[in-house]
Amino acid sequence: MTESGANTDAFSTGSSKKEMRVRRIKHGTVIDHITAGQALNVLRILGISGTTKAVVSVAMNVPSGVMGSKDIVKVEDRELEEEEVDRISLIAPNATINIIRDFEVIEKYKVDLPDSLEGVVKCDNPNCISNTNEPVTSKFIVNKKPVELRCIYCDHVISEGIAEHLI
Amino acid sequence: MLHHIISMKDFSRDEIDIILKRAKGFEPIAKGKKSDMLSGKILATLFYEPSTRTRMSFETAMKRLGGDVIDLGSIESSSVAKGETLADTIRVIGNYADAIVLRHTREGAARMAAEHSRVPIINAGDGAGHHPTQTLLDLYTIMRESSLSNLKIAIVGDLKYGRTVHSLAYALSLYRADMTLVSPKQLQMPDVIKKDLKKQGASVSETVNIEGVIDDIDVLYITRIQKERFPDPSEYQKVAGSYRVTEELLKKARNNLIVMHPLPRVDEIDPAVDGTRYARYFEQAFYGVPVRMTLLAMAMEAL
Repeated sequence: MTESGANTDAFSTGSSKKEMRVRRIKHGTVIDHITAGQALNVLRILGISGTTKAVVSVAMNVPSGVMGSKDIVKVEDRELEEEEVDRISLIAPNATINIIRDFEVIEKYKVDLPDSLEGVVKCDNPNCISNTNEPVTSKFIVNKKPVELRCIYCDHVISEGIAEHLI
Repeated sequence: MLHHIISMKDFSRDEIDIILKRAKGFEPIAKGKKSDMLSGKILATLFYEPSTRTRMSFETAMKRLGGDVIDLGSIESSSVAKGETLADTIRVIGNYADAIVLRHTREGAARMAAEHSRVPIINAGDGAGHHPTQTLLDLYTIMRESSLSNLKIAIVGDLKYGRTVHSLAYALSLYRADMTLVSPKQLQMPDVIKKDLKKQGASVSETVNIEGVIDDIDVLYITRIQKERFPDPSEYQKVAGSYRVTEELLKKARNNLIVMHPLPRVDEIDPAVDGTRYARYFEQAFYGVPVRMTLLAMAMEAL
């Protein structure tokens, strides 16, 4: 399957490849089916800022048959690591990851929330031991439906605005 | 495997039952019968927050079992004042003692301490978090003075910040107790805890009036509204003195009702209640000793 087959529908205005909004990528990762409005948070998770040298394409609020609208992020010359994917799943639970090599999708999978998260999210209880100078990494038990994170130290539950708590 | 005691959530109903059953055997020792069960063992007490009864009942439990106690002393004069982390303090004290009792200002401190400790950590309160030894002695009091089966209990007071009531309500859910939560609107039990209780299958209802439930309960568990937990003092003033157990109130109670309080009390229980058949809070304070003896013996593998 080529990259265009995997996701260019979302980047094009119709079925014709001539009208593609963003060009196909040779090597890298395409994150598709991102919850509309979360693309910039995905960039934040990936550590992509204005000073990043990587070639990055972002499409926001793209009409989508299944989702109504969605965001898409293409990062060239970078294959995402599992921990990064875990983070993305917190804010875009329906996202799909396409790993591209030589214009071919060599791997495609849906993000999946892990059962626990370590060092990814900061506990929002200011009095939690994980928010001190102690040698401690934040750890959460994940409830998938609805998405809720329970701090293993203070039992505090984060259910809303998870993106704001990403480390 | 170390026997850390961090949160009631780490205990199954069966494990709690075993502790409560064993505690009864320690009552004669708690009353003064000689024992050398923990002779040669050392308990370290680290209290980063003030405590009298919890600290003293642990010390009593340890000493009556023939063991020794070492103490961190005042925080101001210890290495903590020099900026030492809790993790380091725990690593160091673990070289001196066979178990550590820890009270800390931060939620989750005991859980983290356990990750760094080579000896068992017993959580004696972590901020607004857990206080499992209090819960176990509360359960023990109910078992000894009332009954844990088909229990109808009203938990009254500060249900938002009070750490004892969160642990207690969770543990009671394991016994399928019928719980009525009585508090001012501002101090209701947090939703996340109520959700947990319901997930356990607990029967939980809420009200602001103690009068409406007093004639239909076996246990009245009242707590102090803790000034020190309020971020805003004016919020405290609004709810201070919301509930008071008096002889008048108890006229409507069942004959076998018992009144419990983790102490210290301020004005939640009229001293005139102390002499009535209902009062059990001083017995409750005593039961802390056999229960903590059980936990110390288990932690130090003497049981």
